[in-house]
Amino acid sequence: MRLKTRRNTPVWLIAALPILSILVAFIFGAFFIIWAGESPITAYIALINGALGSSFAITESLTRAIPLIFTGLAAAVAFRAKFWNIGAEGQLYCGAMAATLVGTGMIDLPSIIMIPVLFVAGALAGCLILLLPVFLKTHMKVDEVVTTLLLNFIILLFVNMLLEGPWKDPMAMGWPQAARIIDNGVLPTIVAKSRLHFGIIIALVMSIIMWAILRFTVWGYEIRAVGYNQQASTFYGISINKSVLMVALFSGGLAGMAGVSEVTGLKGYLTLTLSPGFGYTGIAVAMLAQLHPIGVIVSAIFLASIYVGADAMSRTVDIPNYIADILVAISLLSVLVGSMLARFRIVWGK
Amino acid sequence: MKKLQFSKICKNFGAVVANDNISLSLGEGEILSLLGENGAGKTTLMNILFGHYISDKGFIEVEGKRLTPGSTKASLDAGIGMVHQHFTLAENLTVLENIILGTEPLSRLWSKKKLAYKKIEALSKRFGLLINPDAKVADLTVGEKQRVEIIKALYRDASILILDEPTAVLTPQETIQLFKVLKEMVNAGLSIMFISHKLNEIIEISDRIVVLRHGKLVGEVATKKANKELLAEMMVGHKVTRPAYEKLEIGKAVVELNNVCLNASDGSVGLSNINLKIHEKEIIGLAGVSGNGQFGLASILQGLTHPSSGEFKLFGQSLIKYDPRYLTKSGVARIPEDRSKEGVIGEMALWENFLGEELRSKAKSGFIIDKKKAVNNAEKLIKEYDIRCEGAFASTRLLSGGNIQKLILARSLSNNPRFIIANKPARGLDEGAISFVQHQIINAKTKGAGVLLISEDLDEIFELSDRIAVIFDGKLQGPFDASSLTINQVGLMMSGEMKEGSFNEA
Repeated sequence: MRLKTRRNTPVWLIAALPILSILVAFIFGAFFIIWAGESPITAYIALINGALGSSFAITESLTRAIPLIFTGLAAAVAFRAKFWNIGAEGQLYCGAMAATLVGTGMIDLPSIIMIPVLFVAGALAGCLILLLPVFLKTHMKVDEVVTTLLLNFIILLFVNMLLEGPWKDPMAMGWPQAARIIDNGVLPTIVAKSRLHFGIIIALVMSIIMWAILRFTVWGYEIRAVGYNQQASTFYGISINKSVLMVALFSGGLAGMAGVSEVTGLKGYLTLTLSPGFGYTGIAVAMLAQLHPIGVIVSAIFLASIYVGADAMSRTVDIPNYIADILVAISLLSVLVGSMLARFRIVWGK
Repeated sequence: MKKLQFSKICKNFGAVVANDNISLSLGEGEILSLLGENGAGKTTLMNILFGHYISDKGFIEVEGKRLTPGSTKASLDAGIGMVHQHFTLAENLTVLENIILGTEPLSRLWSKKKLAYKKIEALSKRFGLLINPDAKVADLTVGEKQRVEIIKALYRDASILILDEPTAVLTPQETIQLFKVLKEMVNAGLSIMFISHKLNEIIEISDRIVVLRHGKLVGEVATKKANKELLAEMMVGHKVTRPAYEKLEIGKAVVELNNVCLNASDGSVGLSNINLKIHEKEIIGLAGVSGNGQFGLASILQGLTHPSSGEFKLFGQSLIKYDPRYLTKSGVARIPEDRSKEGVIGEMALWENFLGEELRSKAKSGFIIDKKKAVNNAEKLIKEYDIRCEGAFASTRLLSGGNIQKLILARSLSNNPRFIIANKPARGLDEGAISFVQHQIINAKTKGAGVLLISEDLDEIFELSDRIAVIFDGKLQGPFDASSLTINQVGLMMSGEMKEGSFNEA
C-alpha cells in the first residue's frame, strides 16, 4: 500500500470533506453515548434541539461562535504562513486586559468612538505579546509552538494575580473579577431578549477583510508563499522575517479582539472564566475550515452549536457535556485524515 | 552464459508506459551503457532490477536463475550492487561503519570490524580504490565518497555493478580515475551497467550501448561502431541542433565584482577576493566542482546575500541594497540552481509564479494584485515559450522539470534583461529542453545581455562561453579566452591547480 499524489483534487471533494468528517464524528460519538447508557438518537435530538431548536438556542449558539470566529481567524492566517501560533488563548486575555484597562474609567467617550478604541487597544495588546515569540523565532530560531503555548500559562497566571490583587472589584462580593466596563464601552445586543451582541457583526466583517487580504493583495500572496516554500519566497524577494511579523500581528490582533468582544459584549467584566479555551478551539475551527477565512465562520458556528447543544443535552439526557469535546476532536481528526486523502490517493499493492 | 538477462519487461504507471517490452542482456566482463533522456525508462528498469517495483510482465534472470520480483534482498543476494547518483552514506559515520552498515545480523552483539577492515583493504588494493577506512565520510571529497559507494557494493560480493550517472559530480581527472577502476573491475570478471547521458564518456568507457526512448529499447550498437551524432539522434528520435557559437563585439560592463569576499557559513565555502567583469554580448562560463563557492557567488549576484566585503557594481553603479526585486526591476534575469524548489512555488498556480519576482512592482498601487493582467501575461508566455501545461490556473507542481525551466526562462528573459545569472540551467534536462535553454541564452546574448553561466558540464561551458573562469575553494581563476583553453586545463584548475603563467585577467 502506498500513497500517490493526485494530479488535481476535485472541488466537490474539498467541499464534501468537512461534512463527511462531521458525519464520521457523529457516528463514532454514538458509541460513546451508547457506552454512557443512552440512545444516541435521543441524545442527538436533544443536542440539536439545544443548539438550534429555538430562537433562543440559535442566538446562544451564535453568541458562542463570536470568539471562535476571532480565534479561528487568528489560527487560520497564522497557519497559512506556517507560523504555528498556539497562543491565541493568552492573546485573548491580553485583549481582555487591555479592554479592562482602558474601558473601566480611564477614558469615557461616546460609544461610537469608545468601542473602536477598545477593540484597537485589545488588538494591539494581542499583537504586542506575540512580538516576543516572533523575535525569538526570527532571531534565535526558537520554535514558536513552545513559546506561544507556554506564554498562555504565564498570561493566565498574570491575569489571576491582577484579579486577586490590584484589579479586584471590591463590589464583587469577593469574586475574583475586575470592575465593569463603563456603559459606553459595552457592545449592544442585536436581538431582543438574547445575549447575541454586536461582536458578531465585527467578527463577520473581520472574516471578510481577512479573506480579501489573503485573496487579492500582495500581503496575501506573501503569506501563502512563505507558508508553501520559504526558499522560493526568498528568491522572489519576500522577506521571511517581515512576513512572519506581519502574520503574527494579524493573528495576535484577531485573538486580542476575541477577548475585547467577550469582555465588552458578553460578560461585561474580566474574569478567569472568560474563555473556556476559545484560543485552543480556534485551532480546531481553523483546521475544520481548511484555513479559509469564510469557512471559519461556518465552522465556528458549527463548533459553537455542538458545545451549546451538548450543554443542553447534558441537562435533559444523562450524558456529560464532555461529549462535545469528543465530537469536536473526532471531526478534527477526520478532517486531517480527509485532507490527506484529498491530496493523495491510496494505491493498493506496489 | 549471460550474467544478467532482462526478458520482455513491461511496466505501466496508469496511462504512462515506462517500460515497453524491454529485453537486454549483460555479459560477463562487459561494460554496457544504458543511454536515454530523462523519462526514457532507465530508472524504472533499474528499480525493477532492484526490487523497488514489480514489472507488469516479463522477468529478470541472473546467471540463468530467475530473480524474485519485488525483493531488494533477493537482488542483493544475487550479487547486484548499485551506486546511486545521490550518495546514500551516513555522513557522521566512518567509511568502515558505512560499508558494514546493514551487513551484520542484529543478533550479533559485537561487529567484526577487524575482519571487515581487512576485506576493505584488500578490495581497495585490488581495484585501486584508495580510501582510509577510518576516515569520517563527512570529511571526504565527492570522488572519495563515490569510491566508498563502490566498495560498499563490492563488499557485499556484488558481481554486477550498476552505476547511475556516476560522473555527474566528478572533475574530468576524477572521471579518468573512475574509468581506470571500472576497467580494472571488468578485467577481474565483474559486469558493469553504466547509466548516463554524456555521450563522450559512454563512447569512451563501454563495450556496447543500449538506447532507450519513451520506454522502448530503440537501438543497440557496439561502441566501436557508434559516434556522438548517431547516439544523440537515437536518443532523441530526431536530429538535435545545439546552438552555434558566435563571437560578438562586446559592449559596456554590466557586472563588475571588485575584491568580493564572503565569509564561510553553515558548512558552505566562502569567497575570497573575487574579481570579475562581465560585458554586454558575452557569455562567461564558470566551471567548478559543485560546492566550491558557486552558491555564494550566485547568491550575491542574485541579490540574496550581502558580501562581507568588496564591491558589486551593477550596470556601472555600486549596489547598496541587496534586494532581488530591485535587481529584477533593473534588468537582471535570475535562473536559480534548484528550479523546482527555489525557482517556483509548486503549490501555487502558474500565473502566480509568473508574477513572483515582480509581485510588488506589478500590483495596483503596490498592494492589490492585478490578476487579470497577470493571467493574460501568463497565457501569452505559455504560448510563446510552448510551456506544456493545463493552463495559467494549473498548479505548478504538475509541470515537468523542462517545463518549469521554460517557465523560469519565460519569466526572466521576456523582460529583455541586460544581465543573466544562470545557475546550472540545463542540469537534469533532456536533450530537447537543453537545446531550448541554450538557444534562449544565446538569443539573449545576441540581443545584448551579458551572461554568467555556472555549470558543471564542461562540454556545455565550452560550447557556449566566450570566456571561461574556474572556481575552486572560493577562489576564482580567469576568466580566460575560451579558445585558449583545453578541457584538461580547466579540469586541473577545477581540482585546485593554478594555470601555468596565469594571473587574474579581470
